[in-house]
Amino acid sequence: MTTMTIAKAINEGLRETLASNPKSLLMGEDIGPLGGVYRVTDGLIGEFGPDRVVDTPLAESGIIGTAIGLALRGYRPVCEIQFDGFVFPGFNQITTQLAKMHARSNGNLTVPVVIRIPYGGGIGSVEHHSESPEALFAHTAGLRIITPSNAHDAYWMVQQAVECQDPVIIFEPKRRYWLKGEVDTAAPGRAEDPFKAHVLREGTDATVVAYGPLVPVALAAANAAEEDGRSVEVIDLRSISPLDFDTVAASVQKTGRLVVAHEAPTFGGIGGEIAARISERAFHSLEAPVIRVGGFHMPYPVAKVEEDYLPDIDRILEALDRALSY
Amino acid sequence: MGTHLPSTEFDGTAVDDQREADAEAVMGEPPAQMVQLLGPDGKLGFDPVFTGYAEKVTPEVLRGLYADMAAIRRFDVEATALQRQGQLALWVPLTGQEAAQIGSGRASRPQDYIFPTYREHGVAYTRNVDLAELLRQFRGVSNGGWNPKDTNFHLYTLVLAAQTLHAVGYAMGIQRDQKLAAAQGSGDEAAVIAYFGDGASSEGDVHESMVFASSYNAPVVFFCQNNHWAISVPTNVQTRVPLSNRAKGYGFPGIRVDGNDVIAVHAVTEWALEHARQGKGPVLIEAFTYRVGAHTTADDPTKYRHSAEEDAWRAKDPLARVEKYLRAEGLADDAFFAKVKADGDELAAYVRRTTHDLETPDIRSAFANTYAEAHPLVAEELAWFEEYTAGFEGGDLPAEPSGQPAAKAGH
Repeated sequence: MTTMTIAKAINEGLRETLASNPKSLLMGEDIGPLGGVYRVTDGLIGEFGPDRVVDTPLAESGIIGTAIGLALRGYRPVCEIQFDGFVFPGFNQITTQLAKMHARSNGNLTVPVVIRIPYGGGIGSVEHHSESPEALFAHTAGLRIITPSNAHDAYWMVQQAVECQDPVIIFEPKRRYWLKGEVDTAAPGRAEDPFKAHVLREGTDATVVAYGPLVPVALAAANAAEEDGRSVEVIDLRSISPLDFDTVAASVQKTGRLVVAHEAPTFGGIGGEIAARISERAFHSLEAPVIRVGGFHMPYPVAKVEEDYLPDIDRILEALDRALSY
Repeated sequence: MGTHLPSTEFDGTAVDDQREADAEAVMGEPPAQMVQLLGPDGKLGFDPVFTGYAEKVTPEVLRGLYADMAAIRRFDVEATALQRQGQLALWVPLTGQEAAQIGSGRASRPQDYIFPTYREHGVAYTRNVDLAELLRQFRGVSNGGWNPKDTNFHLYTLVLAAQTLHAVGYAMGIQRDQKLAAAQGSGDEAAVIAYFGDGASSEGDVHESMVFASSYNAPVVFFCQNNHWAISVPTNVQTRVPLSNRAKGYGFPGIRVDGNDVIAVHAVTEWALEHARQGKGPVLIEAFTYRVGAHTTADDPTKYRHSAEEDAWRAKDPLARVEKYLRAEGLADDAFFAKVKADGDELAAYVRRTTHDLETPDIRSAFANTYAEAHPLVAEELAWFEEYTAGFEGGDLPAEPSGQPAAKAGH
């Protein structure tokens, strides 16, 4: 066991990948000598050279598009998109090309491209630097979407993403980059399924599902609820596509109440999909409607008011109150 | 005759005189000149650089290029007929662009990798793609149709210019492979060709692909077929300068070639591929040609252009000039041309026969190919689908006569 931040865990995971797989390479803006704007690739260019850690021209479609070509040639590119809001110039390449290549080739071609995107708010930044666009990608068949919430998962999931034959987008909770945690770098971590949800805290009265940056918030809310005598189960989804409905449904069958929390706007979001599926799968277990906690239907607001926008402990507790009031 | 022709001399119209003057005014210098070796009159010209490459086109090779062009033109006629008869949902004709496609495709080597757009049936033919397989996409039974690994000819790309970036990335992969191979004392020289058109040249991905290719000196040839029309919009809406001139801004050579001159196209492409394979970086080729037919079988060119323009381009036909040359030089006789025609008819008959037999896939294959690795949602939806279909007699969905609304089934 080693203690490290999420950023360092991803860095170590990438180092491990580059060292063990000669076909892997990193691509992105400012990921070389600077180590990326969040320093996630710090030191890697010195160790592996500019052919493996590639500072690209400032063009996101170019990054994704050339990564597709490299993958077709047998390489394993890991692309860094500098900020969530900057992925959209590459959206066409991701949705019309990357996601569909395997299907349209009738399974003859694989494009194992990994795209790392720091996402979410809470860092007091300027516009386009705090968004949570994961639902837009989850809606696209052919992509896999994962989002680690802790250092251990970050270390392993980035390596597992590179090994996957499908394209994988890793949404990295940027405001948690400096969150420290224990990382077990020994082999068993590799055996954990990156597409499976984890029950982080057991409970009997209600379930809170969260992912990425809101996982620590959900845990804190559950702890606060416990002081009021409520036993809350917390699930870290870890993967958004595929989404582990089995784990969520099993929990709801036990607790009868479900709150889903994410930073992304609730309308058309992952929470709605979970609510619909769980309504079908656990209808007779539900004591209350599934309650969603999330962002509002507005462009991500200016930094000075983002605290009013972002779900926090109180917003999750309020949702739990509503769920428990039925 | 001169071999580096201003485009005005080639077009010979007042409109193009004006365009040329515009281009010169914008650039402060005359626009790019055009490489032509075999003119519409069937006479061979000279070029200080490319004649050396053209000399590799022996009479036998030239007869082969002619036969290829004739075959693919015959195929185009057949595919158009198949669409008219309801056997294909859509067809994208290439007539007029045979020299640009056959000349460039035949200049490539098996180890090179080709990224087409969606009209490169002639290039596909040179890469030994089974033309019946090529029709799968247009019959609606596949979104691809062939395995690119068999021929190094990628699937068609319908979102314009997206493939130019794939081509550059693939070329970056070749560079890395060469470094690894060199370390082991071996080397496989290869390059990539990215096809696109004058319309797609306006897409941002073309810009980004040229920036990346230039920055990394990637072994890629950008082959732009300027066929003068992006569906209904003429080239001068896409650009005020010859497209080949744009290469200068990226820092690599740009060549405008007479795209209806198969000898020149072959020579220029061979030069460009050699340039790329030798590690000298990318090249942009603009093949100046013309889409004689419609954009697709759903298009109506009479709404946006005059037939006089089409007639003017028919006079520059890529096949006619080769036939003139071969006959004048005594390099081919009636028997040769009769054989070419018979071979074309045989190809057309094969395509017609096999098109009817192209199997409609089971939707289960779409479930199977969405992801390369197991995916629980796909598995769940497939299980539902199986259960649903099992509810019908015989375990299959109710049969529907094609074109009939589902509600009428069974009535």
